[in-house]
Amino acid sequence: MPRSSRVVTGMLLAAGSVAGSLLVRRRAARRRERVDLYAEDGSMLSLADGTPEAERLLGLARELLV
Amino acid sequence: MDASAAIAELTDISPQVRRVVAVAADGSLLGANVADDVAHALADGGLRLAETADAVRAERQLPPVAQLEAATRTGSVFVVRDGGRTIVATTTPEPTVGLVFYDLKTCLRAIDDPEPEPKRPRRRTAAKKADDAA
Repeated sequence: MPRSSRVVTGMLLAAGSVAGSLLVRRRAARRRERVDLYAEDGSMLSLADGTPEAERLLGLARELLV
Repeated sequence: MDASAAIAELTDISPQVRRVVAVAADGSLLGANVADDVAHALADGGLRLAETADAVRAERQLPPVAQLEAATRTGSVFVVRDGGRTIVATTTPEPTVGLVFYDLKTCLRAIDDPEPEPKRPRRRTAAKKADDAA
């Protein structure tokens, strides 16, 4: 295999692995538990998993998903 | 449209939506796609979730919630309020949030007000009848 082909192959592999890890991270982030509260005026308050308020609300939600 | 038809249409166009219950302003059930006991539990839980969310927002001096999504690994719970009514729904994990909110609001608005109880004709009292006879 010529040197230039090996370089191209290596670059493609590197780019693929970077893209794959970004995809996995993005999916993991979307899977995080959270509560989004929207008001009539369109404003939104997002409570991330781990905060006391989110835990209180997620606990109630989990009861409904059983 | 009656509540059952509106909810059937909702679950038809939005397969991510699983269990649904629509609640009137007075807390009575307008309709659901689950058995009565499950519907009552879902309605109570959804209303409690919205009240707790209101309390969280009030602590931060923010207005009450119009709609909310609680996302867990096993699925999401949505609560939407509109014109005094509330619709509570559970979905599969990672739903298309904007679409679900839109479909729930459309469903809630499509539900007709329940027919009012027909008024009973007033019964004349015995005294009144006696007066009339005299």
